[in-house]
Amino acid sequence: MAVLKVLVIDDEPGIRSGVSRILNNFHVTYPFMDEDYTFEVTEAGTGEEGIEILERELPDILLLDNKLPGIQGVDVLEYIRKRNYDIVVAMITSYASLDVAIRATRDGAIDFIPKPFTPQELKSSIENITKQQYLKRITHKMKQEGKKIRYQFLSVLSHELKAPLNALEGYLRMMQGKQAGELIDDYATPIERSLQRIQGMRNLIMDLLDFTKIRLERKEEKIEEVKLAEIASASIVTAQPYAIQMDVTINLDVRSDAVISADPGDMEIVFNNLISNAVKYNKVGGKAEITIDSSESEAILIISDTGIGIAKNDTENLFAEFVRIKNEKTRNISGSGLGLSIVKKVVELYHGTIKVDSTPDVGTVFTIRLPKKQIAIT
Amino acid sequence: MKKSDITILVADDDPDYLFQTVFNLEKAGYKTVAVESQAEAESVIAKFKPNLAIFDLMMESDDSGFILCYKIKRKYPDVPVILATAVSHETGLSFSLDSEQEKSWIRADRYLEKGIRPEQLDQEVMKLLKL
Repeated sequence: MAVLKVLVIDDEPGIRSGVSRILNNFHVTYPFMDEDYTFEVTEAGTGEEGIEILERELPDILLLDNKLPGIQGVDVLEYIRKRNYDIVVAMITSYASLDVAIRATRDGAIDFIPKPFTPQELKSSIENITKQQYLKRITHKMKQEGKKIRYQFLSVLSHELKAPLNALEGYLRMMQGKQAGELIDDYATPIERSLQRIQGMRNLIMDLLDFTKIRLERKEEKIEEVKLAEIASASIVTAQPYAIQMDVTINLDVRSDAVISADPGDMEIVFNNLISNAVKYNKVGGKAEITIDSSESEAILIISDTGIGIAKNDTENLFAEFVRIKNEKTRNISGSGLGLSIVKKVVELYHGTIKVDSTPDVGTVFTIRLPKKQIAIT
Repeated sequence: MKKSDITILVADDDPDYLFQTVFNLEKAGYKTVAVESQAEAESVIAKFKPNLAIFDLMMESDDSGFILCYKIKRKYPDVPVILATAVSHETGLSFSLDSEQEKSWIRADRYLEKGIRPEQLDQEVMKLLKL
């Protein structure tokens, strides 16, 4: 139950007590609201008194008579506008002349309640105002949260970008000071490591580009009928040099040629990431198996490996941004920590699902289900 | 105490930063024990008392360094601790040991940004060990 504070400024005591009586027993509820709203009414007989209460209590809703003994309703409105109060104002007036209405609306009043009003008229006005106030606050809250998430992402990103630079700087200083010896050969390890860090940073930047691309909306004109087996074959070719180096065998098993409506670029991102992971986190001499199957409505992709596997409690955060499982087995494997978060984003973009099953030291299986037809693209 | 009698525990999950820190400390004359994770650091602390410790902030978890500071201070209250991180001031994840409040919950003696020069690190270590 949330309480909205209502201030009524009117010189007629009958109107003020009427509003109090009607609203004190009234509550507003909507299916989309988290909770019911009730009202707490404060009364003021003049504009001056009203402003004093405004300052002190910061009400959520103001019911304002225009014709007041001292300063007028429109003056109160102007006062509120100048101070940027978060308040919704409705004018109560029997002199709803066009002139007052225009000025009041310009100064921020959102509703007019004609005087005299019935309890039902007041209630329906308050209902509208409450809904508006609720939406305003929810929008504001969502904007704030969005900002916070972006901010966290940038914080971690800047950390990830700075780490390789620090490593490079350290090695260069070491060389500059000739700290490991006079000969270039004395710096073989620092040079090799520097090159690896540069490669890592380049991968991070490439992943970041994929990531930003997916964050943007899907482009309708790029949607076409995509044969997943073809994309998978191309991704296997891309991963082959690395697989040869790792002595990992990649097999493609096409049980039914799944064709889906998608942007082929998006599907490449999915296969490239999962196949390169299946090689990267494998054991020397291991296997990576890609199975493509389909039902009437879905394409089913299974990417399994005989690699190092993932511990149960590590699978929970596996798809989050910049999450990398750090342990003895992964210490020499480099990655941006973005790959799986990108895959998940793409899959969700196509209203699909991704799940992971893994046993440490045995292997990992990723299963993706994608609807063949996209009905409403969001 | 001579520098060669001093053992410094260094924990960092960035192998290059670890390599460089250890290299620089040894070059300056100290002995080192290098570990790549919070877990390893904890097992070292359990059976060995270093003269000083340098911890990275983010390892297995985002606050590994804080946890290690807390644990080492509980076991060996007199061991000075340096917290090192690449988290910069611009990111908003910044903190320092300037305010009383921060001193009360960060159990480190010094907080250093990564990218620190070897001579500066040596200076800080000497200051903390009163050499």
